[in-house]
Amino acid sequence: MIRGAALEVARWLRNPGLWPPLILVAALGAIPAATGSATLREGIFLLLMYVALASSLNIFLGYTGYVSFGHIVFFGLGGYVGFYALTVLGWPLALAAIAGGVAAGLLALAIGASVLRLRGAYFALATLGINEAMRAFVSNFGPFGGPTGMSLDFSIYRSFGGPTEALWLAYFSMLALTIVAVLMSSAVKGSRFGLGLFSIREDEDAALVMGVRAPSAKTIALVLSAVIPGVIGVLFFFKNGNIEPPDAFKLQTSIEIIVMVMLGGFGTVLGPVVGAAGYERLRSFLLTSDPFKSLQLTIAGVVLLLIILFIPNGVIGWLRARVPRLRGTLQ
Amino acid sequence: MTIVLRAEDISKRFGGLQALANVSFAVEEGQILGLIGPNGAGKTTLFNVLNAVYRPDGGRIVYRDRDIRGLRPYDVARLGIARTHQIVRPLNELTVRENVMVGACFGRRELGLVDAAAAADATLELVGLDARSDQLAATLNVAQKKRLELARALAADPDLLLLDEVLAGLNPAEIGAMLDMIRLVRDRGVTIVIIEHVMHALMNVSDRVVALDYGRLIAEGAPAEVAADAAVIEAYLGDPKLAAGLVRAHD
Repeated sequence: MIRGAALEVARWLRNPGLWPPLILVAALGAIPAATGSATLREGIFLLLMYVALASSLNIFLGYTGYVSFGHIVFFGLGGYVGFYALTVLGWPLALAAIAGGVAAGLLALAIGASVLRLRGAYFALATLGINEAMRAFVSNFGPFGGPTGMSLDFSIYRSFGGPTEALWLAYFSMLALTIVAVLMSSAVKGSRFGLGLFSIREDEDAALVMGVRAPSAKTIALVLSAVIPGVIGVLFFFKNGNIEPPDAFKLQTSIEIIVMVMLGGFGTVLGPVVGAAGYERLRSFLLTSDPFKSLQLTIAGVVLLLIILFIPNGVIGWLRARVPRLRGTLQ
Repeated sequence: MTIVLRAEDISKRFGGLQALANVSFAVEEGQILGLIGPNGAGKTTLFNVLNAVYRPDGGRIVYRDRDIRGLRPYDVARLGIARTHQIVRPLNELTVRENVMVGACFGRRELGLVDAAAAADATLELVGLDARSDQLAATLNVAQKKRLELARALAADPDLLLLDEVLAGLNPAEIGAMLDMIRLVRDRGVTIVIIEHVMHALMNVSDRVVALDYGRLIAEGAPAEVAADAAVIEAYLGDPKLAAGLVRAHD
């Protein structure tokens, strides 16, 4: 057993497919640090956030083939729990972040044990309902501030050495989380557990007959894909200073993350990184250029249509099919 | 003589259709048991009950002295029962090797990835698909997909193998090769239950034959006895001369 595990870790580190996404994330992350620019820091914070969200969603959507329309619920719930821990309970940021991740993981566990018996479109619809139900619940939940949400007392930044220092701390935490998300995505993909997930994606009944414990495997995949979004929620709203139900459980973001995964290539490690970075750059451009400002979502919809029609396996999947030599590095 | 699997009074109903009615039989260790019957007789349903895809409405299934009713298909797979599907179910977007690795990883041996890859390569060589291991399973033709089904089941290192029409769609030479492979697997100590419509092949390879019709067991015995059975001729074989020919060919 130990020998087997050691062999698998060694094989994973030797896998050339691990490095392109890591290098890409590290390079992006280094830009603000090298320049010290606050504008770049804010832009890349969002970009890294989407890379991490897309990579996390991909562990579930890309590897098991189950669509989760409401994945943002983990970000929102994690954000709320962490925000509550920070402001009301006065916990340190690290502990609040862990609480957010744990809350998201527990919700995923509950969904996995109940709703994940549904397959295909039924499950996808149920995830929409879960997000809406959570939004409605939080909007009426007194301790979380109800419809007006909660605000951070800005004096809290003082314990980090001032607002600027707090923003840099949030930035580097986001960079670290993104790297963890990519490592996790790669480790799952290259593992025996990952092979089981892929077999579920291809044919769940055949997988069951071959001995794959599909119910627990799907649940674990959902938990793994929920924890990081939960922690990200805490960081995002810590930086944001306040949290409200419409911001925490934004369906639009949920759909956009799916577009990012599909654009880059679902089921690959590099795909969500490329897809999220590409989509986020496109969106920042659209949002800041006058003629497109209000058309941003329309364009996102058209992009999704084009992907599904012409490159259903995303950019990375398309490259892998076209250039077999690159299959080792583009995974 | 050890009994590997014993089905006792198995019944299964789908709405108004009695797919299986009080079917009982036993499989001895190291035997090849043939399962015959017309389309819709309940053969595949019986397989689906044996490996827990369906829960029987009544009866007991005892595998190696253990009642396996109520287990899930993955539990049954890990106990050592592997099967192939009549309608092939390749994992299309995975390579041929990865398909077989799933069997090796999650079947009875529960191997790690590195050992599973080695086991998959050995199994692919055995079924003659080693040249295609890096192709996507979707690119195989039907005959190759049948062999892939067999390879996935074999890679699990099963104790009991359920083969559902692995010969269908193969040419005579391929049938001969497949029969040799089935015997080889049996000689390695695997007990086999095989559903087949290619009668001369089935009669040739089976030690015992069970015949089903409308969900009922209508005959059981040595291949020659079952082929000569009046009820089997009436329900399935149709032509008494064909039946006589089968008996002669088998002798």
